[in-house]
Amino acid sequence: MKNCEYQQIDPRALSVSPLSAQNPAETKAQRPRRKWEAFPGKNRFFCDGRLILARQNGVLPLTLGLIVVTSGLFFAFDCPFLVEHLTVCIPVIGGLLFLFVVASLLRTSFTDPGILPRATAEEAADIERQIDTSGSSTYRPPPRTKEILINQQVVKLKYCFTCKMFRPPRTSHCSLCDNCVERFDHHCPWVGNCVGKRNYRYFYSFIISLSFLTSFIFGCVVTHITLRKWGSSGLDSSLCTVVELVICFFSIWSILGLSGFHTYLVASNLTTNEDIKGSWSSKRGAEESGNPYSYSNILTNCCVTLCGPMPPSLIDRRGFLAPDEGIPVASASEIELPPFTPKSEANMCTQSTKDVLERMLRSSDFHGLCPSGTPKTSPLVPEVPGAPPAAKPPVSSGCSRQLAHGAVVDPCPPFSKSIRRDSLHSINPAFRLASPSPTLSRSVLVVGDGPDVGFPPQH
Amino acid sequence: MSDPLFPDGTCTQQHAVKNRYQTEIFNMAETHSLQDMRQQAAVAAKVFVQRDYTSGTMCQFQTKFPSELETKIDKQQFEETIRTLNNLYAEAEKLGSQSFIEGCLACLTAYTVFLCMETHYEKVLKKIAKYIQEQNDKIYAPRGLLLTDPIERGLRVIEITIYEDRSFTR
Repeated sequence: MKNCEYQQIDPRALSVSPLSAQNPAETKAQRPRRKWEAFPGKNRFFCDGRLILARQNGVLPLTLGLIVVTSGLFFAFDCPFLVEHLTVCIPVIGGLLFLFVVASLLRTSFTDPGILPRATAEEAADIERQIDTSGSSTYRPPPRTKEILINQQVVKLKYCFTCKMFRPPRTSHCSLCDNCVERFDHHCPWVGNCVGKRNYRYFYSFIISLSFLTSFIFGCVVTHITLRKWGSSGLDSSLCTVVELVICFFSIWSILGLSGFHTYLVASNLTTNEDIKGSWSSKRGAEESGNPYSYSNILTNCCVTLCGPMPPSLIDRRGFLAPDEGIPVASASEIELPPFTPKSEANMCTQSTKDVLERMLRSSDFHGLCPSGTPKTSPLVPEVPGAPPAAKPPVSSGCSRQLAHGAVVDPCPPFSKSIRRDSLHSINPAFRLASPSPTLSRSVLVVGDGPDVGFPPQH
Repeated sequence: MSDPLFPDGTCTQQHAVKNRYQTEIFNMAETHSLQDMRQQAAVAAKVFVQRDYTSGTMCQFQTKFPSELETKIDKQQFEETIRTLNNLYAEAEKLGSQSFIEGCLACLTAYTVFLCMETHYEKVLKKIAKYIQEQNDKIYAPRGLLLTDPIERGLRVIEITIYEDRSFTR
């Protein structure tokens, strides 16, 4: 078997080998393991899988510490004075706000943000089979994309090399957590977790309640200082008060700003990710690209984001692993294809390129004439960044482009690679795979490694 | 690959043999339980029904009939199953008054209400699991197929396993 970087994933081999490879190891396990123990992403789990946190939990202890210390100082030094001079409601309101803030923060940090489990080996093989790869001379071929129509708007779906699947719309891969997260907003270091579909409402209630809390404490502290100045000159606790004042003053600007920004996002049904990348702003002159997910009604948008149905966690942390699947998919594929090395030399690439060349030449002799429909789908042709082809017939994705423009259903994505519009139509092997058996896959597959795109943490 | 069941590969003969094959599987299913069949049969192939994103991020699956199942199951039957599943998922994600009240209540109780109450989504997921089980027992298992609940695949795909029973070829 050639030590090729690009290898076919043969589902038959995959279904047979795990049993033999892993049975001796797993049968020695003393107790059934839960799925969180074999989770491939960079996360930490507590309470036997009930709580999840990013491995890089950033400054969560600092956030908690600041909130607790500031509130503690407030209750200790300002409340007695204010209760005496104003009303007893002040510590009550402060207490309620404090509890709400801490509950929201902990809920945001320890909830699964909407992590998508990685594709199983058979799924990945199925997807690989449906994609036409032309093979290129670069180490990794250009990212694969698939275009679909959502509410009459063209949306590009990217292929995630780590999770081995096409990401659903609005999903992004967080490089810090090494997971694909649905409706990915951003990775928040203050909270120590990604903010995504499942915990966005907790995050939003956290920042709103924190704005109220900081404003409340700030107001109370200012009142306290003002009243003291007018009254007697007892300045024993002035240091603590000043500390509170400083913390609140600086927090208010940032927290209020953040709350305002996120209120805008909620009202227009956007994520921070989309807003920063400008996905839906009408940059292109002719095309009006609005947000296809927005309901064009602020109240509906708010309801959907904040009060919508709560989707379940897809990663099933507390389920038990079957005895033969102790090792997660990502590393399982490395075990089952032992010769696979991610960093192989250039001659291995050319070996695979030669294979592809032969297949292309063979396949272009076949019947397959795609209907020659390139130009009418040209508005949808994705921008193709790619290295110029080495010494092979440039493969056009004209057939797949046309299909992508038409029905969503055809799994024949336009492959983002170096193409020329007027190049010859080579048959897309996926067409011939209309009634395949798994062993007949011909395309060269990429078993990629490492995350696809890394998103830097926001704020 | 030569298969003793299809010696010379003429179309009509294949059809006749396949019909006989299906009848035998049906008979076999009546005498064996689903569990036994899974243990005896080997996995011939897996078909994946992908998500359909034309209406946004809602969980819907493509109703296109996969070609690998052409000989195994009736197209209408399959589409009916997928359509029912799509309707169930739409019901789970529906933005109605019930989900709104649930959301507001949860917010007011600082989300502690979910410790004792099951969300609407989870209730519908249980319904879906039951539906899939029932479809498997009645329709798919007799034809040597098995539907996997999409929640076990992260709601990405509906995995249909095609079993190939080897006990007749020996």
